Amino acid sequence: MESASIPTPPSRPRREVVGEIVSRFGLAAILLALPVLYGIQDLQEEGDLGRLATNIKDGLSNGAIWALIAVGYTLVYGIIELINFAHGDLFMIGSFVAYSLIATVGLTVGTGGLGLVLGLLLILAIAMVACGSLNVMIERVAYRPLRNAPRLAPLITAIGFSFILQNVGLLWIGGGHRGVPDLIDTQDRLFTLLGVPVTNGDVLALVVTTPLVLLLVNFINLSRMGRAMRATAQDPQAARLMGINVDTTISFTFLLGGLMAGAAGLIYALYQTDIWFFSGFTAGLISFTAAVMGGIGNLKGAVLGGLIIGVIQQISDNRIGTEWTPAIVFGFLVLILVFRPQGLLGEQTREAG
Amino acid sequence: MSTAADPPAKRRLPPLKGLDGGRRSALLAAVLIVFALIFPFFLDSGSALLEDSTVALVYVVMALGLNIVVGFAGLLDLGYVAFFAIGAYTMGWLGSSFFSTRDIHFGVAEFLQAQPGIHLNWLVILPVAAVLTALAGAILGFPTLRLRGDYIAIVTLAFGEIINRIAVNSDEGVFGIGSFNLTNGRRGITPVDKIDLPLVEQFTTLNIRPWYWTALVLALFVVFINVRLRDSRIGRAWIAVREDEIAAVSMGIPTVRVKLLAYAMGAALGGMAGTFLGSFFNTVNADQFEFSFSIFVLAMIILGGLGSIWGVVVGALALSFINTRLIPDVLNEVPSKIGLDFDLTQLGFGIFGFLLVIMMVLRPQGLIPEKRVQAELTGDEGERIDPIVHTRAP
Repeated sequence: MESASIPTPPSRPRREVVGEIVSRFGLAAILLALPVLYGIQDLQEEGDLGRLATNIKDGLSNGAIWALIAVGYTLVYGIIELINFAHGDLFMIGSFVAYSLIATVGLTVGTGGLGLVLGLLLILAIAMVACGSLNVMIERVAYRPLRNAPRLAPLITAIGFSFILQNVGLLWIGGGHRGVPDLIDTQDRLFTLLGVPVTNGDVLALVVTTPLVLLLVNFINLSRMGRAMRATAQDPQAARLMGINVDTTISFTFLLGGLMAGAAGLIYALYQTDIWFFSGFTAGLISFTAAVMGGIGNLKGAVLGGLIIGVIQQISDNRIGTEWTPAIVFGFLVLILVFRPQGLLGEQTREAG
Repeated sequence: MSTAADPPAKRRLPPLKGLDGGRRSALLAAVLIVFALIFPFFLDSGSALLEDSTVALVYVVMALGLNIVVGFAGLLDLGYVAFFAIGAYTMGWLGSSFFSTRDIHFGVAEFLQAQPGIHLNWLVILPVAAVLTALAGAILGFPTLRLRGDYIAIVTLAFGEIINRIAVNSDEGVFGIGSFNLTNGRRGITPVDKIDLPLVEQFTTLNIRPWYWTALVLALFVVFINVRLRDSRIGRAWIAVREDEIAAVSMGIPTVRVKLLAYAMGAALGGMAGTFLGSFFNTVNADQFEFSFSIFVLAMIILGGLGSIWGVVVGALALSFINTRLIPDVLNEVPSKIGLDFDLTQLGFGIFGFLLVIMMVLRPQGLIPEKRVQAELTGDEGERIDPIVHTRAP
């Protein structure tokens, strides 16, 4: 019905236009379904949107973690069109590194002020570097030898490495959940914004994620290496002819993805105060969903997708039940892939056809 | 369409010393099958080795099913465990006292007649499960039709995980709706009826032999189906889709139907294996249906050789014996001997992960490679076979 108001070249049939509108706004409609539904329900039952607003706030904090992981997926996919299956488990290793370092550095629940900030910064740096170098090593061992193999081959080695990392985590901490000391009093209210209590954990997620993402985006847009990365993503052959060392550039991309995963690991450990060797698998799938939702290969899309998935996940956790959340997120993943494989901000890709 | 007769060209080859290649492998297969048939007589009727062999044979069925999807049609399916789950739950629902308010019996032994619940003979449940899983396979296949490569892997993985979440959490309503107990979650459906075949001695937990023979017959039947499918028009269509989808389309292959058929066939075999294991393990519970199981089956195919039927059989047998015998019994002592303190059985899937990486980097074509896949994976254009010569004429 709205197709009439949109100026269209006369040659295009009406059905095609409607199809495009459905394709463009259908995904947004699906994504808005849950918040709108529960918003109406809240208004009817409680008369205000406080609960939904709190859900969204928590969701954005969670989403910041997913965004950091999703950036790693999207960078790697953008440059070599590989779903780095081991990326979620890399994040898990990051959270384990952070957990182990807390004791080593000597931070306890009592540590306050400057000591805490400096200690956490140190842990952040070490966790980031550890994950970054681990990711580079994985690329060197498992993906580079298969650069010219069929697409299936590196995907399978990625799954293999995912299992290996999970077992490393299992040997390291053991099979059970492990509590992380609540260094920053995550759940303590710092201030109230529009009637929504904002906690220390939310602020932590914000102050770590925002500068990292801004730095990353600027790095890729402005630096020489960033330009090399974009060139390699567009056409590795041509990039090589232009004098770009493609292998180094790809390694560097994995390094950047690993750095972000390490940072996400620390935030997760502090925010959830609970780590588990299997957390990487679910986190990886959720973040991959985020990356696809934003349009894989698109950095801003990954961040946006991470935040949206965080909100959906939080609403589902709070209203439907934590145990169903993975199923709901994966349901969204399937819907997105079926109806709009290029995502919210993405371009038509070769994969999506 | 007939593929029954070998092309006469093969017969006209001058006979080598003794037997030619085809006959030699046929003889080898016959010897192996005879050995597999009489193998239980060398063992105690309830021995653990016989039990492990039975499970290994069922894994062969599953691996061959997944091989249709991944090996023949080239669609990477990471959610194969879903079909195992659906098959096993079909067995649980239709062959136990789980739905105790119902009272349906068909073709089962005297003592089961007296019990409440739905009790159908396994021979009835088997085709039901095959049809259900084939439908599930086609439903899963449908959204992936527009996608390629990695995205298919992710959608199938998501499907497997959704089925897993439903299995784990549906002891009180599905997706929090209602309060119907569908799967009994982690406690599982138990006990499950034993398989009961006419003219065969009774299936019990103490006498594994009939289980073993049933699994063997099932596995041989599935090998036969696989060979016939591979050499059929559909099999060639799968391979064409795997090799080059665009070329396949322009040759007039209906890719939608061909792909859905691959999913459905592969899924049906997984479901049939699921009914057997549900009965054999005497329980159907959600912990059996983890993502890692999908990878376990995938590793069998990769180890054996993508698309190679005999390779997949060897890969499945090898990996299941590594899992049940080598790791717990033989290698478990190793870490403590070299001064490390951990339990190797915990590392089972880490070892499989390692195996996947090693195989892909060093020998991507598998132990017994399929010629065409080998040519593609090793990039050896010189060895690339001419498809016209080696494809049987329709």
